[in-house]
Amino acid sequence: MALLTVDNLQVSFTTRNGTHRAVKGVSFSVQPRKLTAIIGESGSGKSVSCYALLGLIPMPPGRIDGGTALFDGQDLLTLSEKELRAIRGRDIAMIFQDPMTCLNPFMTIGEQLIEPLVVHQKLPKKQAVARAMALLDEVGIRNPETTYSAYPHEFSGGMRQRVMIAMALINEPRLLIADEPTTALDVTIQAQILKLIAELQQKRDIGVLFISHDLAVVADIADHIVVMEQGEVVEQGSPDELFNAAQHPYTQKLLDAIPTGQRVSTITEPKPLIEVQQLRTWFYPNANGEPVKAVDDVSLSIHRGEILGLVGESGSGKSTLGRGLLRLAPITGGQVTFDGTCVTDLEGTALKTFRRRMQMIFQDPFASLNPRMTVYDTLAEPLLLHNICTKAELDRVIARLMDDVGLAHSFIRKYPHEFSGGQRQRIAIGRALATKPEFIVADEPVSALDVTIQAQILDLLMALGSEYGLTMLFISHDMAVIRRIADRVVVMYHGRLVEQGSTDQVFNAPKEAYTQSLLASIPGAALH
Amino acid sequence: MTQGASSDATLLTQAEQGSSLWQDAWRRLRKNKLAVAGGAILILLMTVALLTPWLAPYSYETQDLDLGATPPSAEHWLGTDIFGRDLLTQIMYGGRVSLAVGFIATAVALLIGVTWGAVAGYVGGRVDAVMMRLVDILYALPFMIFIVLLMVVFGRNVLLLFLAIGAVEWLTMARIMRSQVQSLRQQEFVEAAISLGLSPAAILRRHVVPNALGPIIVYTTLTIPSVMLLEAFLSFLGLGIQPPQTSWGLLISYGAETMEEYPWLLIFPGLALTITLFSLNFLGDGLRDALDVRGSKD
Repeated sequence: MALLTVDNLQVSFTTRNGTHRAVKGVSFSVQPRKLTAIIGESGSGKSVSCYALLGLIPMPPGRIDGGTALFDGQDLLTLSEKELRAIRGRDIAMIFQDPMTCLNPFMTIGEQLIEPLVVHQKLPKKQAVARAMALLDEVGIRNPETTYSAYPHEFSGGMRQRVMIAMALINEPRLLIADEPTTALDVTIQAQILKLIAELQQKRDIGVLFISHDLAVVADIADHIVVMEQGEVVEQGSPDELFNAAQHPYTQKLLDAIPTGQRVSTITEPKPLIEVQQLRTWFYPNANGEPVKAVDDVSLSIHRGEILGLVGESGSGKSTLGRGLLRLAPITGGQVTFDGTCVTDLEGTALKTFRRRMQMIFQDPFASLNPRMTVYDTLAEPLLLHNICTKAELDRVIARLMDDVGLAHSFIRKYPHEFSGGQRQRIAIGRALATKPEFIVADEPVSALDVTIQAQILDLLMALGSEYGLTMLFISHDMAVIRRIADRVVVMYHGRLVEQGSTDQVFNAPKEAYTQSLLASIPGAALH
Repeated sequence: MTQGASSDATLLTQAEQGSSLWQDAWRRLRKNKLAVAGGAILILLMTVALLTPWLAPYSYETQDLDLGATPPSAEHWLGTDIFGRDLLTQIMYGGRVSLAVGFIATAVALLIGVTWGAVAGYVGGRVDAVMMRLVDILYALPFMIFIVLLMVVFGRNVLLLFLAIGAVEWLTMARIMRSQVQSLRQQEFVEAAISLGLSPAAILRRHVVPNALGPIIVYTTLTIPSVMLLEAFLSFLGLGIQPPQTSWGLLISYGAETMEEYPWLLIFPGLALTITLFSLNFLGDGLRDALDVRGSKD
C-alpha cells in the first residue's frame, strides 16, 4: 500500500493580475522504502505541490482548490492546522535547499536537535542527548561530541545538510520530503549526500519525496520519477522507462538538455593569447595571521580561439583566478600577459583600453544587471564609453547585438526584472560582447539557470564564440557542462592547479586522484 | 526584409522617446495623483512665499495695539495676534523663512551627506574609517554648543542658521548612504561596470547612487519638517529669527502659549505646517515609487 497518495491536487494563487493556477490536477504516490522524484523547472509547481500537502503555502494568496492527499488513511488536505502540526516533523519531515537558513545561528547543533524530543515528546534530557549523538553518527558526522556543542556557522554546507537530515530524522518520520537538498552543494558533497539519503531510506524504512530540477541528480537514486511542467504532470514512470522511452516531448527536451558529448578542439595557433605566470592572490584577513591563499602560484596559457574550462569546487579559487585575469581581483604576485602586454600593472587609460578587450559574464543574471537600467541603457553604456559607435549608429548597433544574443527588439525599453533568468543572461552576454572583446571570462554562466535554458545559453555561447572569434575562460563546477563546451580543461583545488590537459585526456584518463573523485561524483551515471 | 525594416523603425521611435531612468520616473510620477497634488501645493506655497512682499495684505511690522487679538474677520481673514498684527501676513512672511530653512538646509544636508556617504562607502578601507570617525565626532558634539559657538564666532544671521542646521542634518544622511553603497558595491553589476572600464565617479553616478535613492528620498521628506521645527526651537531660544521677523515655528510656539484664549493663533500656523508636511510626504512617497522600476507594471 502506498504511503502517500496524492490525487488530482489543485492549487491556485490570487495575485493582482488575476488567479494563477500553480498546480492543475496533479496525481502521484510515494511507496514505503521507495524514492519518488518530482522533476521540473522553476515555476513548474513541483515545490508548491509538496508544500501544499503540509499546509506550508501562505493562504491567502494561496488556495487549495481540490484533490485529496491520503497519508496513512487521512486526507492531509482536510486536516486542521493543529492536526497538521502533529504530523509535520513527526510522521512527515522535510529538508530544504539551503541548510544555513534553516538552522538557528544562535543555538548549538545539539540544542536544536534535541528540542523536538524534549519539547514535544517530553523525553528526559539525558536520553534525548544520547539519541541525538547516535543520529549524528548515523548521518556520517565523524565526531558527534564536538559537533553537538558547535554552532551552525562552524560547518561547511555539506556538514550542515547532514545536520538538517539528522534533525529531520530525529522523530523517526515515515515520509521525508527533500526539496532540492543538494542544489547548493559541491558535486563531490552532493554525491555523498545523495548516497546518505539512499542508505537511510533503506535502513530506516522511509519513503522519500525528492524535489529537483536536475534529472541527472535523481537518475541514480529514484525508483519513480514524476515530470512536471507548468503545474501539470506530463509523464511519470520508472527511471528506465523515462530515460529509454520518454513519451512526452517535454521529458525528451529535459533529457536532451543534459549536457552530453564532447567538443572537438580546432585550435591550431601555437602562440597563446594569455599567459599566466605564477599568479598569486593572497588575502590577509588580519595583520599577523596566515594569508588566505585564494590563488597560489597558478601558471597557465590560453590560446586564441580556445575555450578553456576551469573546474573546481566552491572555495577552490577558480572565480578569484578568473577575476584576477580581468584585474577585478587583486594580484599579489606573478603576472598576466595579454597579447604580449603585461597587464598586471596597468593603470588609468591603458587599463581602460585593455578592459575593452576582455569582458566577463557573471553567474547570477539577477545581480549582474543594474535593476534601474533598461536593456537599451545597459547595452549603450559600453558602446558609448569606448566610442565603439556614434550616437547616430547606436540604435542600429544595439539592434544588431540583440539579434546576436537572440532577444526580440520589443524588449529594448524593458527593465531587468521583467525578464526570465535566461533572457537576463542573454542581456549580460550582449553587454559583454558590446565592446567586441577578444577574451571573455564566463564565471558559472549557466549554473543559475533551468536545464533547458542552460542548454540554449551554452549553444549561444559556442555559436557566438566562433562568430566573434572569442577566446574564453569558462569557469564551472559542473563537469558535464565543461566537457560539452571546453577545448582544454584545468582543474583547481585549494587555490592550486592540480591537473590540466585536453578535455579528452582529463575526462578519459585523469591523472590526479582529485580529478578522479570529481569525475566519479558526476550525477546521472544511469543516463549514459 | 519588410519585417526587419519595421522592427528597426519601432526600435528607433522607442529610442527617440528616451529611455533614461529619470524620464521613466517622471512619467510614472505624473500618473500618481496624490504626488502631483502634493507637488502642486508645494510649488504654490513657494510661489506665495516668493511674492509675499507684494501679496501680503498688511506690513508685518504694522501693530494695532488698540485692536489686540481678534478672531478671523473680513478685514483680518485669519485674525490678529495680541499686538494687533495681521495673522495671514505673519504666516506668509513666516512661510518665507520656514520654507527657505527647510529646503535650503535639507539641500545642504543632502548634497554633503550623499556625497560623503557614497565616497566613504565606495572607497572603503582607511578612507572610510577616517570619514566615518569624523561623522561620529560631529555626532557627539552637543548641537546647542555647536550653534552657540557658530553664532559667537560669525555673529547672528539667517544664512548661518541654514548652514548650521544643514551641517548637523547631513550626518544621518551620510550614514544611510554609506550603508546603501556598501551593499551595492558588492553587487555583480558594479563589478560588471568596472570590467567595462567605467571610472569610479561614473560608476557611483550611474550605477550606485540611483539604486540607493529610495531610502534617501524617504529620509529627505522626513528631514525637511524636522529642520523646520529645529529652526522654531532655535528661534524660541533666541538663537534664530528675531521678532518682528517670524517663522511658522515661532508662530506655533507663541500660539501654543495662548491657545486657551486665542486658539486661532495656534490653529492657522499649525495648519500651514501640516499642509506642507502632508504635501511633502505624498510627493516623497510618489518619488520613491516612481524611481523604483519594479514598483509598477506598464
